[in-house]
Amino acid sequence: MFRQAAKLLRRPVPTSSAAAARPSSRPFSTDLPAAETADAAFVEAWKKVIPNIDPPKTPLSYMQPRPATPSAIPSKLTVNFVLPYASELAAKEVDMVIVPATSGQLGVLPGHVPTIAELKPGLMSVHDGNDVKKYFVSSGFAFIHANSFADIIAVEAVPLEQIDASLVQKGLAEFTQKLNSASTDLEKAEAQIGVEVHSAINSALTG
Amino acid sequence: MAMAALRREGRRFAPLLTPRPIAAVRSPSLLPEEEVPFGARSISTQIVRNRMKSVKNIQKITKAMKMVAASKLRAIQTKAENSRGLWQPFIALLGDTPSIDVKKNVIVTVSSDKGLCGGINSTSVKVSKGLHKLNSGPDKEPPKYVIVGDKAKVQLVRDSRKDIHLAITELPKIPVNYTQVSVLADDIIKNVEFDALKIVFNKFHSVVSFLPTVSTVLSPEVVEREVESGSSKLGELDSYEIEGGSTRGETLQNLAEFQFSCVLFNAVLENACSEMGARMSAMDSSSRNAGEVLDRLTLTYNRTRQASITTELTEIISGASALEG
Repeated sequence: MFRQAAKLLRRPVPTSSAAAARPSSRPFSTDLPAAETADAAFVEAWKKVIPNIDPPKTPLSYMQPRPATPSAIPSKLTVNFVLPYASELAAKEVDMVIVPATSGQLGVLPGHVPTIAELKPGLMSVHDGNDVKKYFVSSGFAFIHANSFADIIAVEAVPLEQIDASLVQKGLAEFTQKLNSASTDLEKAEAQIGVEVHSAINSALTG
Repeated sequence: MAMAALRREGRRFAPLLTPRPIAAVRSPSLLPEEEVPFGARSISTQIVRNRMKSVKNIQKITKAMKMVAASKLRAIQTKAENSRGLWQPFIALLGDTPSIDVKKNVIVTVSSDKGLCGGINSTSVKVSKGLHKLNSGPDKEPPKYVIVGDKAKVQLVRDSRKDIHLAITELPKIPVNYTQVSVLADDIIKNVEFDALKIVFNKFHSVVSFLPTVSTVLSPEVVEREVESGSSKLGELDSYEIEGGSTRGETLQNLAEFQFSCVLFNAVLENACSEMGARMSAMDSSSRNAGEVLDRLTLTYNRTRQASITTELTEIISGASALEG
């Protein structure tokens, strides 16, 4: 008897235009017309070609809309720092972040020019007042938007205080030895990456 | 194993699902080679008893499957929710372009390897077929399918065999991590030429509801073209500085590959989560249904037993009264 219940619940909430077209079906007062989040052209095209199936959602409809670029530079930078298994920082307002771009450390303040930066293994620090939170990131991307939003995506990141210095030394020695004894190009490249990562962690710990 | 048992049991009790369960017991087809001695007056209750036992077993299996799905769901739900931040920066940067018009479309359908999980796989397949229809045209190459998971493959092989380009099954189970998915994404990117990848999956919403979703990933060339043509969605990308030693094209290439792996990672997790939710509710309703069947069977069994007792009593009493009289 409740087999259809899920379908009923999934029914799209009537938007204001649809409700106006059918005055008999009055929406509940809680069914506020949502902001336009879906791609209208896509929905239109879908309905034309496949009228009997509801158009699928697109990721845009799950996103919080971002604010437009303000005319004055805001005092804080909004940072999203995401990893595959966690959102480390979600829309956190901070003073500055420093990210390890491939061309060198990149300091980001509010009002930074829009930038796409590839990251290399290195130290990322988030400055908020006197608080400084340091992470070691492996790789990824950083997007800095015109509206003082910074999105940082990393494949792996660890707070610096969780790294064991002695293990880093050990790993560094191991990979240096591997690099010296490597015979094929693949082995050499792997050992090279290991040495680079470990020396980056080492310099992040000591520096 | 459980599924094989279910299938076997299901075949056995299929005739019992007729709308007239009480009459069904007396129908001759249900008394096949049962040895009824000549002149027996009572109806044998053996068959009904056997059926009751098998229905009880089915109920046990479905209940156990529900429990397993529930515990797996709890583990994977946190993972899926934690991975939701991963694709958002890309949408903020590149926008969402499901309606983009390109030549080579590739539809990546994410489905499950196992069945008995409600309608999530057929929903993905339906949406994928819709996208196929939407994106085929006279001046375009027919869209290709890349299938992740066994069940969508089985459904799509039937009528779109020639469009299937790659099928990946036996994805590692619950502890699926980013490394595995990025290897998979790499595999897809290397083997398939694309202008736009459309990833179809079911986004987990709640245990009973999931939302079919399409994510779009564009190839670097298409991004470049769109930026140059100054379309409204990607036009802003031109104002971004590219930091780093490499050229713009290289960065866009890396960006597209990274975006695909991130989107696919989230898609796989969300779909696995929806699968568990759907399986949980499907198994819940089937154990409830088995309970109902069992109730009906018990009623039949008791009625038959009572009827035979009454018959015997009547015979004894009438025999006794005949002797007296």
